[in-house]
Amino acid sequence: MNAIEVNNLTKEFGKFTAVDNVNFNVKQGEIFGFLGANGAGKSTTIRMLIGILEPTSGDALVSGYSIKNQSDLVKKNIGYMSQKFSLYNDLTVVENIRFFAGIYGLDGKKYEERKKWVLKVANLENMENVMTSSLPGGIKQRLALGTAVIHEPKIVFLDEPTSGVDPISRRNFWDLINELSEGGTTILVTTHYLDEAEFCNDIILINAGKLIAQGNAKALKTNYIKNPILEIESDRVVDSLEILEKEKWVGETSIFGNYIHVILNDSTINEQHIYQLLQEKNGIAVKRVKKITPTLEDVFIHLIEKDSKKNVQ
Amino acid sequence: MFNRIFAIAKKEMRQLKRDTRMLFIVFFFPVVLLAIFGYAINFDVHHIKIAVYDQDRSEYTRDYVSGLISSEYFDLVTYIDNDDQIKKILDEKIVQVVVVFPKDLSRKLLSKQEVKIQFLVDGVDGTSANVIQNYVNAATFSYSLQLTKEYLAVTGKQFYVPIDLQPRFWFNPDLQSTRFLIPGLMGMILIITAVISISLSIVREKERGTIEQINVSPLSSIEFILGKTIPYIVISLINATIVLLAGYILFDIVIKGNIFLLLLGTFAFLFAALSLGVFISTISDSQQVAFQAANVTSLLPSLILSGFIFPIESMPVAIQILTNITPAKFYIVILRAILLRGAGISAFWDQLIYLGIFGIIFIALATVVDKKSKNK
Repeated sequence: MNAIEVNNLTKEFGKFTAVDNVNFNVKQGEIFGFLGANGAGKSTTIRMLIGILEPTSGDALVSGYSIKNQSDLVKKNIGYMSQKFSLYNDLTVVENIRFFAGIYGLDGKKYEERKKWVLKVANLENMENVMTSSLPGGIKQRLALGTAVIHEPKIVFLDEPTSGVDPISRRNFWDLINELSEGGTTILVTTHYLDEAEFCNDIILINAGKLIAQGNAKALKTNYIKNPILEIESDRVVDSLEILEKEKWVGETSIFGNYIHVILNDSTINEQHIYQLLQEKNGIAVKRVKKITPTLEDVFIHLIEKDSKKNVQ
Repeated sequence: MFNRIFAIAKKEMRQLKRDTRMLFIVFFFPVVLLAIFGYAINFDVHHIKIAVYDQDRSEYTRDYVSGLISSEYFDLVTYIDNDDQIKKILDEKIVQVVVVFPKDLSRKLLSKQEVKIQFLVDGVDGTSANVIQNYVNAATFSYSLQLTKEYLAVTGKQFYVPIDLQPRFWFNPDLQSTRFLIPGLMGMILIITAVISISLSIVREKERGTIEQINVSPLSSIEFILGKTIPYIVISLINATIVLLAGYILFDIVIKGNIFLLLLGTFAFLFAALSLGVFISTISDSQQVAFQAANVTSLLPSLILSGFIFPIESMPVAIQILTNITPAKFYIVILRAILLRGAGISAFWDQLIYLGIFGIIFIALATVVDKKSKNK
C-alpha cells in the first residue's frame, strides 16, 4: 500500500493555477523528495496534503484517508514541520513538549516516554527548563521535528526544514530524518538543496504547478538527459561561455564556479573540438575538458528551462 | 477533548505569565481607568465659588448668604465692595458666581416691596451654570418662603401652600453620578480587556506562524477557541471583582441584587465580547491591526454609545440603532439593574438574549471569514 496517493490534484487561486493536475505516489517508509523553485507550488501541495487547504479538484489519500472528506483523520496520522519551526519562543523546552503532547492527547507514561525521546533527539537532556528563544537554530529545528512527531505519526511532512541552517546542523538533521525513516515512518520533504535530494529514495520535480519529472536520483540523471555533457575548466569562464553559446552544437550551458557544463546537441562533438574552439581560435587557456554524467542540478536546470520555454510558446 | 482544551489554556497562562506588556494591559489598565473615570468624570456640581457684593449689609443679606453657604454647593470666597471688582473677579475665574444685593434691600423688604437680587454667573460651562441657577432658585425660594411665613405670623394669618412637591430619588438618593457611572465603567473595562486580550493572543499565533502547527493537529477550532478563552474569562472575572471591590471601597457601592445573577449576566457579556474579539482576530493579520480594531470596536462605542455616560433615550433614532454594535450597552442595563436597583431577572432577561444573539452573530461571522481565508 502507498502511504500517499495523489490523484489529479489541482488548486486554483482565482485565475492562477498554483497546482495543476498533479499525480504521484509515495511508498510506505520511504524518504520522498519534493523539489521545485520558489513559487512552483510545493507548499500549496503540502498544505493540501496535510488537510489545511481544500483542493479545487482532484483528491489525495494520505494514510488511506481522503484529504477532501476525511481531513480530521488525515490530521491524526501525520506530523508536519515547516521552515518557520512553529515552536513557542516564550515557552521553555519542556513546556513546548508538554503543549504539543497535550494537543495530541498524550499523557501519563506515554508522555514521559515521548518527552525523553524528544529531549534525546534534540540533544537537550538536562536542559528542559531553558527558554526556547535562547536555543541555537539547529537545536531548535531538531526540537521542532521532535515535537512535530511526538505522537508517532506514520507520515511526516517537512516543508523546507533546513532552510537557513548551517551545514553541520543540516547534516545532523538528516541523520534524524534517516533514523525516523528506518523506524518505518514515511517522510515527504521539500528542499532547495540538491545534495539533500540525493538522500531521497524517490524524487519529484514540479515547475509552475506541473509535475515535470519523477524517479530516483539515478534514474533522473540517466533518463532525462540523453545528450552528452562536457565539463570545461578554463581561465576566462564568462568569455568562454559567450563563445560557446554562439555554436550550433551547444545546447544548454550553465556555470558551476570555474566550470562550465555544456549539454551537446551533436554527439559527434568531443573534447578536441572544445580545445580547438577556445584555445586555438580565441586564445583562452583551457585546463581540462571532461565528459561527465549529469548532476541533479544539470537535470533540473535542463528540465525547468525546457518546461519554461514550452510554457512561453 | 477536555485534555486538549486544557493543554491550550495552560499554555496560554504560561505565556501570559511572561508577557509583561499583556499583563499590563490586562491588569493595570482597568485600575487606571477606574481611578480616572471614578474621580474625574463627575457631573455633580459642588463647592461653587461665590463672591458677595453686599451694598445693604443688613440682617437679611447675612441670613440669605448663610443659607446659601450652609449647603455644600457654595463656598464663600470673598466680599467685594465696588462694581469694578465684579468683572475682574469673574474674568480671573476667582469665583463663578457673584451675588449683588441692592443698597435699599432691607428698606424695601420692611416696606413690603419686591426686591431684586442680582446673580452674575460665569456661563462658559453651560451645564454648571444651569445647575447653579437651579440651586440659587431653590435657595431663594426657600428664603422667600421663610420671610412670607414670618410676615404672616406677625399679621396673625395662617400660612397655606396649596401644592407641596416632595421628590424622592430612589436607588441613588443623593444623585451621585459615580453610582450611575460605576456599572458603565465595569462594562467598559471588561469589554476592552476581553476584546483586546483574546484578539491579540490569537493574532500573535498567526503572526508567529505557530497557528499552522495547531491547524495541522487534530485540534478543532472550537477546542482551540475554548482553550484560548478560558484564561481570559478567568482574568475578566478577576477584573470584575477588582472593579466591584474598588467601587465599594472608593465609592461606597454595594451589590444590591443577587450575585449569581450578576455572574450570569457577566458570563453572557463575556461570551458576546470574546466572540467579537475572535472575529477581530480572523480579520487582522498583525497584532497592531488587531489592537487598533479592538480599540475602535470596544473602547469608543462602549464609551459613547453604550449609555455609560450619555443616555441612549436622548439620542437621535439613527444613533440609537447604532448603539447595538456594542454589547456593553446590554450589559450596562443588567449591571445597573442588579447593582443599583437590586432587580431580579425579570428586569433584564431580554438583555441576556441580546447578548446571546450578539455573540452568536460574531462567532458565525468569524467562522465564515476563517473558512474563506483557509482557501487562500
